[in-house]
Amino acid sequence: MDDILLIDAAERYVKGEMTAEERTYFEEVRKNNPELDQLVVEHIFFFNELNKYSDTKSFKHSLNETVAKLTNEGFISKAPLKGKAKLVYMWNRYKRTIAVAASIAGIVSIISVGAISSYTNSKVPDTKLLVQKLDEQVKQQAVKTRQIESKLKDVIADSKKQPAETEKEKSTPIESKFRATGFLIDNINNFIVTNAHVVKEARHRLIVENSKGEQFRAEAVYINNDNDLAILKVTDKDFKSLPPLPYSIRKTNAELGEQIFMLGYPKQEIVYGEGYVSAKNGYKMDTIYCQLSTAANEGNSGSPVINRNGELLGIITSRETSTEGVVYAIKSPNIYSAVEEVKKIKDYEKIKITSAPVLKGTDRPTQIKKVQDYVFMIKGN
Amino acid sequence: MKNIIFLFFGLQIHNRSINTHLVNTSSPEKSLLEGLAREDKEAIEKIYRDNYNMVQSLIVNNSGTTDDAADIFQEAMIVLFEKSKSPDFELNCALKTYIYSVCRRLWLKKLHQMQRFSKQTDELEQVVPVEEELEFHEKRQNDFSIMENAMSKIGEPCKSLLEAYYIQKKQMQQIATEFGYTNADNAKTQKYKCLVRLKKLFFAQYKNGK
Repeated sequence: MDDILLIDAAERYVKGEMTAEERTYFEEVRKNNPELDQLVVEHIFFFNELNKYSDTKSFKHSLNETVAKLTNEGFISKAPLKGKAKLVYMWNRYKRTIAVAASIAGIVSIISVGAISSYTNSKVPDTKLLVQKLDEQVKQQAVKTRQIESKLKDVIADSKKQPAETEKEKSTPIESKFRATGFLIDNINNFIVTNAHVVKEARHRLIVENSKGEQFRAEAVYINNDNDLAILKVTDKDFKSLPPLPYSIRKTNAELGEQIFMLGYPKQEIVYGEGYVSAKNGYKMDTIYCQLSTAANEGNSGSPVINRNGELLGIITSRETSTEGVVYAIKSPNIYSAVEEVKKIKDYEKIKITSAPVLKGTDRPTQIKKVQDYVFMIKGN
Repeated sequence: MKNIIFLFFGLQIHNRSINTHLVNTSSPEKSLLEGLAREDKEAIEKIYRDNYNMVQSLIVNNSGTTDDAADIFQEAMIVLFEKSKSPDFELNCALKTYIYSVCRRLWLKKLHQMQRFSKQTDELEQVVPVEEELEFHEKRQNDFSIMENAMSKIGEPCKSLLEAYYIQKKQMQQIATEFGYTNADNAKTQKYKCLVRLKKLFFAQYKNGK
């Protein structure tokens, strides 16, 4: 406790919060007691360090906000380089590699012809789409959970005495045939991205559910089977708009070795996973996808893949059936082309990716807290 | 104003004119720096607007990425922030030249660390000497990471509690409500307990690090 008293005194002393009388007394005590004085000096030094730390920390925060604003305005652009600058950059970066590669290329090409052809002839394993079709057991369980939740909701509804009609409709759980994931890309017009193969499961209704368990009706406005992307619009009037996206969506492809994390709904609650980018292309060298080394399960289809700087790099789609931990994700630039397509559709011209990145430099639990409100469970029947 | 062509890794990359008149900071720049010291958003934004693209092309034209540019610029801003807060602060050249010099120096150093540094040709470009400031900055950076490390080790709720008080500068009463303490005094006691732990962790590393 004495230590606490002393640290309190030292803090008020540094901040100049002591009265003149207190101050004189404090200084007197220090003069007469060198041991105590040493402790006070240590405390003061520590406070100065702490103050410098918090100054820099808060300044960095202001800088990040400014960068987010300017990036949003398009003043700071992270677009790939063009023209001469790119050439100079590539040359500088790879000149040594190019020389070595060129000399090795000759030798390797002779050896590899046989090897590759024999490999491609052998039967390669299939990939598995990661949408979860709910079987009877799971369905029952989900319904049970729903019922408990809806009872709770009823209680809350009663206590709030809200109009019974809307509440009733909301509390009836839909019998879902599948479960997958999606994430918000436009917080103003409420557009959500997921996989095309997810949307195809829904023949009657499509529902998105947030991390609090609230359900909202949605409809598919864009489905592209070629790159397996779909864009949904939340049509429910009860859906409250969120602040701008905490992540940015990267316009360039994922880099090999980048550390990534993802959030998705392989079960009834949100699940976190992490891994890294293990190859630049997907199954059978499909350039729409990149390959990740991570664990993903049914229900993860449509999960956002985000790097530590808060840049969204891809969308989880499938995994290899025979090899553990090989997961494929659609590369993020495909989102931009999908958005361009949606712009051509009447009534949806206003779609716009509106991000204000705030994740850079924050620790993972904080990042997750900020992102999870933007990740939705996609259900339907 | 003077046109300078300079060589960097043996490649001619720039053809830029930089104001290097050795005059004292002109008054608009001075008020900009005063704004920076107060952490004024408008000042920060203006400095970004005036200089960011210059720095980005410097980095990108010299084996860097746009992400590298963002990091280097942020570090230069911190150097400038530290400098603007010191009482005897004076800038002896145009702000742009200063930022350019700092970023260039920081980037060279980073390249060196990444071993992508082949050889530096004679310095033909005009930059102002910034070594002293960067040495100071490096020490501060080191102290900063020791504190950050200590912060990351004290765990919750200590971390959030201390951050709320020292970084977000919230009042004790508000913190007590947010963290569910019965009153401000309880929160204060908890804060001091956390502080004692943080201090221990900090000094353990500070002494080892030296």
